[in-house]
Amino acid sequence: MSLLEVTDLKVTFPTSDGLVQAVRGLSFTVDRGRTLAIVGESGSGKTVSTQAILGLSPRADISGTALFEGVNLLQLDREQLRRIRGAEISVVFQDPLTSLHPLYKVGWQIEELFRVHQPGTGRAEARKRAIELLGLVGIPRPDRRVDDYPHQFSGGMRQRAMIAMSLALNPKLIVADEPTTALDATVQAQILELIGRVQAEFDIALILITHDLGVVAGIADEVLVMYAGLVAERADRRTLYYRPHHPYTKGLLESIPGSTGARGGRLRPIPGSPPSLIDIPSGCAFHPRCPYAMPVCAAERPPLATVTGGGGHASACWLPHEAVGLGPEADALRLRAKEA
Amino acid sequence: MLRRFLLRRALLGVLVLWLVTLGTFLLFFVAPSDPARTLAGRQATPEQVELIRHNLGLDRPTLVQYLDYLNRLIHGDLGQSYFSGESIGKILSEDFPPTASLVIGGAILWVVIGVGAGVISATRARSLLDRVVTFLALAAVSMPTFVVGLLLLYFLFFQLSMAGAPVLPPDSYVAFTDSPGEWARHLILPWITLAMVQAASYVRLTRGSMLDTLGEDYIRTARAKGVPEGQVIYRHGLRAALTPVVTQLGVDVGTLIGGVVVTESVFGLGGIGQAVVQAFVSGDLPVIMGVVVLATTAVVLANLLVDLAYGLLDPRIRLA
Repeated sequence: MSLLEVTDLKVTFPTSDGLVQAVRGLSFTVDRGRTLAIVGESGSGKTVSTQAILGLSPRADISGTALFEGVNLLQLDREQLRRIRGAEISVVFQDPLTSLHPLYKVGWQIEELFRVHQPGTGRAEARKRAIELLGLVGIPRPDRRVDDYPHQFSGGMRQRAMIAMSLALNPKLIVADEPTTALDATVQAQILELIGRVQAEFDIALILITHDLGVVAGIADEVLVMYAGLVAERADRRTLYYRPHHPYTKGLLESIPGSTGARGGRLRPIPGSPPSLIDIPSGCAFHPRCPYAMPVCAAERPPLATVTGGGGHASACWLPHEAVGLGPEADALRLRAKEA
Repeated sequence: MLRRFLLRRALLGVLVLWLVTLGTFLLFFVAPSDPARTLAGRQATPEQVELIRHNLGLDRPTLVQYLDYLNRLIHGDLGQSYFSGESIGKILSEDFPPTASLVIGGAILWVVIGVGAGVISATRARSLLDRVVTFLALAAVSMPTFVVGLLLLYFLFFQLSMAGAPVLPPDSYVAFTDSPGEWARHLILPWITLAMVQAASYVRLTRGSMLDTLGEDYIRTARAKGVPEGQVIYRHGLRAALTPVVTQLGVDVGTLIGGVVVTESVFGLGGIGQAVVQAFVSGDLPVIMGVVVLATTAVVLANLLVDLAYGLLDPRIRLA
């Protein structure tokens, strides 16, 4: 049994402009101790889906199932879900400056997890654990820094403190939502290294949400590429990098600076902009931006189907299953399909 | 660090006090009032008026009078009333307790009501309850103080007394030192009056500040940590939303010490506000000046307390 098994998750928000379809039928699984990266542009539904599962989107209408150790999180009441949040499943957010409470000491904010979830823990014990956790995530002199306020920490240290918080109660799953996006490039690598290290050390499953395929390269086992609330492509990390099938994945890879896809030293951005989630294009939502779009693409939504090479590699695209890879042969295959 | 801050604020406070006394003094002499004539009465001859004017020292040049006043102020002497001859220090020490009791008790009440209703309103934004609270706040802020006071008197004193339950007295002030119970009983209606008028703006202030705060990332973090919703709202949300409330409280308390004229008058408490209104009508300069000095000091002190409170409320603020 997988640790987390999400099936046909749909999340919508009623707004005055119309119904926002943020997630339109998302399925994925995360196994114990493994890392799933969810990649996509802003508005692809990658953050909304995890927040909805955890009950952090109060205004959303949610359907589908999300089995965590066999228990459907979407059926739990608020109190039951609250007991899981922070204890069994914890979250690391994007911007550690705004995500830490500015008026409470870092140590207090870590100790709060023990106060909330393990009321029996004594003050001294909670403090001792907080200091240990700060040391574990690489904060120097943790016995002193435990009494600092977040503004006395550097950006990287704040994110380390957030990670310490997420580890406090030995969770089975950590959701890291763009954990390095707000940090300096030099610090990003350190934080990713830290996340990978603690994950391996404590055998925690990780959902890493990012818009940056470069971030994924180091630590993901499996990658889910999302577009307009649906999975565009799913593959293990190596397959996704070297043998992508979906033109959107290909576009993402080619827009990474210095990537193999970006030939001639020039970046190739994906043309157009992400679709409106109120008025989503028919068929494949990517078809208006797709260089290989065929008539069928606008008419019918492609199912997530296994492509050549197998091993769990699946893509929601009408192009032939063998049209995988970044090289000229793959391009030729794709173009031929388009001409036909 | 703190000592330098306090020293600077003290010097600044003295400067403010000086400017305010100067301004009040000049305004008094620009305005067409003649306390000597008022004191002498209608029948007095011009010679008698002149004599009184001389005795009060009002025949000296304005600048000389001001410097004389300032000199005595520095030595702690606020002078005497032109009319009763009582020392200003004594007048203020009699009128200050009712005003301070009214304002401080009222402030506790309006903060509790205002902040409480503001939080309820913010956590149920756009609900029916929120709309009701917002409407009541608007109604209360639009109602003149004396209307609120008289309505309370009508229902809670008159009707209650007619019904044979004279629980609350209509007026007058009893010193706390004489009888704490009577002190509170006589102040209940004035407190409610002042609180109703003031609480309205605190509801709106708290609601706005809470709504901003509840949208912050660290509130989402608290929820993601599994903190119970009540603690999310009060410990994480309200704590951060209080800063503008504290600022407003300092300003209001400081200003009201200088005169809660209407509430004092409706309930016949005889406080600072009533004293200064009388002094204005009769042109009793020493009383006016005494109240101005007291009120200015109150405002300066209240603002100082607010700044010190910031340092406690928000660790990011370093006083300097």
